[in-house]
Amino acid sequence: MKRTPLRPLASVISARSKGENPDRIEARERAKRNQAMMTRQRKRAENRLMIMGVAFFFAFGAIGARMGMLAATEPAEPNAIASTSQILNQRADIVDRNGTVLATNLTTQSLYAQPPLMIDPAKAAKDLIKIFPDLDEKRLTRDFTGGKRKFLWVKRKISPEQRQAVHDLGEPGLLFGPREMRLYPNGNLAAHILGGAGFGKEGVQAAEIVGVAGIEKYHDKLLRDPAMNGAPLQLSIDLTAQATTRRVLSGGMKIMGAKGASAVLMDVNTGEIVSMVSLPDFDPNDRPRPAVDGDPSDSPLFNRAAQGVYELGSTFKLFAAATHLEKGLATPDTLINTESPMRVGKFRIRDFHNYGKTLSLTDVIVKSSNVGTARMALEAGAGAQQQMLSDLGFFEPVDVELGSATQTRPILPKRWSDISTMTISYGHGIAATPLHLATAYASITNGGYRVKPTLIKQRGVAKDRPQVISEKTSAQLRYMLRQVVAKGTASLGEVEGYEVAGKTGTADKPKPSGGYYEDRVIATFATVFPASNPKYVLILSLDEPEIFVHGEKRRTAGWTAVPVAAELISRVAPVLDLRPAVAAIDQITYTSAGN
Amino acid sequence: MKNFLYLLCCALVVGMAYWAYTENYRTQATAKRVQKLQQAIASEREEISVLKAEWAYLNRPERLRELADLNFETLGLIPLSSQHFGDTNLVAFPPRPTNLEIVNEPISVQNSEGVE
Repeated sequence: MKRTPLRPLASVISARSKGENPDRIEARERAKRNQAMMTRQRKRAENRLMIMGVAFFFAFGAIGARMGMLAATEPAEPNAIASTSQILNQRADIVDRNGTVLATNLTTQSLYAQPPLMIDPAKAAKDLIKIFPDLDEKRLTRDFTGGKRKFLWVKRKISPEQRQAVHDLGEPGLLFGPREMRLYPNGNLAAHILGGAGFGKEGVQAAEIVGVAGIEKYHDKLLRDPAMNGAPLQLSIDLTAQATTRRVLSGGMKIMGAKGASAVLMDVNTGEIVSMVSLPDFDPNDRPRPAVDGDPSDSPLFNRAAQGVYELGSTFKLFAAATHLEKGLATPDTLINTESPMRVGKFRIRDFHNYGKTLSLTDVIVKSSNVGTARMALEAGAGAQQQMLSDLGFFEPVDVELGSATQTRPILPKRWSDISTMTISYGHGIAATPLHLATAYASITNGGYRVKPTLIKQRGVAKDRPQVISEKTSAQLRYMLRQVVAKGTASLGEVEGYEVAGKTGTADKPKPSGGYYEDRVIATFATVFPASNPKYVLILSLDEPEIFVHGEKRRTAGWTAVPVAAELISRVAPVLDLRPAVAAIDQITYTSAGN
Repeated sequence: MKNFLYLLCCALVVGMAYWAYTENYRTQATAKRVQKLQQAIASEREEISVLKAEWAYLNRPERLRELADLNFETLGLIPLSSQHFGDTNLVAFPPRPTNLEIVNEPISVQNSEGVE
């Protein structure tokens, strides 16, 4: 850089010679220098401002562009969060006590139409009818061509083949949405327990599955709870036992010419229902609509075991005996007056056969004497009877995981007169479900502890169960029940190795118009096995059975329900891993293969 | 000195930016991969549920019974009954292994069967 001095010598000399003040030259030079410096600084500042301006421009530009982009794009959740546990937005499976699937989900497709998008609506309707012959062609054509409908469901569930066929039509107005459906792979097998499911709120991409009956409805919330995280609901049902029960029961129902049948197999200690069948039944995959006319109890949807209230006949005699023994009014050997007919007021009670003047308490049960139990009930009194029946749960609906059961109240006499006391002692004038009876028999024979029936698998026996009767009474009653099979009315019920104990009951069916049918009965066999150490209670009842044996038409439970129950026990007990008592081991032919 | 500092800062900024962008891209790639894997898992799950349903359907007791009946001649399966229980005492133990000769010398294993 060239430096110009403040007082250049040449200018100073020439100024002096002219007599001017040389200081002015210095001042001028200084001003010039200042001017140049200011110009430089100004330029620098301008540059800086420029850079700042550009920077601000870019910064604001970037923010503006980002805002514009954010405003213009679809909102999306950041997907950087890798979820560790996936929430399953799916209805939980239902499995049996061994983990076999009873109900699961399957993804299918649903078919919907958007008529405004259609190229040839009339042809589309015609082609759809070819694929789905059950659709109404007229209605479909009207919906497609009417111009009013923007959206309509054509089919809720279609198979992959049908989907392909619709796809091949090439109609852009026919669209598919994924649809989850509930599948019951075992069909009719546990129809009344599972109930069924239908669609709730529907969207294009998904539909809500809602339980409509049975355990699906009762535990709907639990099954839909995402917190289940894919864990299935485990029932107490044993699929193999259920299949066997249904098979034997339906065979027995045919042989006995019955119009309906039910069986409840319950664990006496835990109250777990291992198998429950009501025939006729239905396929929960294709649940029929409830019948609008006729008797609802004839519908396949009707669960005879949990909903059907029946007079259960002589099976109730055991409760009279239990009351007597528990109150200390008698021992099993006490003689009871069985003089028949018994007159009370204008009523007469008589026995099937005349059993003579007296029978021991055991024999009253074994021979099933109405007169004997009626006298016992009168002696013990209505209060004691009511106490016993209420302790055993006959005054309330059964508290089990089925909506239909919890809504079914037993039918009790409006006024509990002496006549009621007497007839109820042998099972008339009170109506309850087979499930009530199963609960009561389980509670009486397991040592006297009240069980709570359940359809959910339990972990062992519940603590602090109320005791209804003493262990001693329970053992005495088991002995009586065993004698009924060994030498009494249920002699056809003997199954080698399983010490079957039980009590038959044959009740005349009430007419809807009042009174009773002469020739229609409900035959029930309430049984416990093995008698010495009870494991299961089985209540089997047949609706209007009739069989021709030994030259006679027979309807009593001893001839109808008992043989079916015996067959059922002989088939189902081995399946439940119940070993026969030692006597049967001698006849071993071969051992079971596998596990 | 000052210039060197500026240079260093610039290099640092460039370096940090490079690192940040690389991390960002890697994260995005991983997120994409996770999404893909989740989709794959979902479709596998769906397949499993279909297979489970099919397994349950094929193993329904009704069908197994029919199959057992159809193949009675070859399988001879009958319903389980109380006669089928056995006692472990009645099952014969396998014969005790007889004492084998102890061989300490090397032996030829070639063609030990004496054939071919």
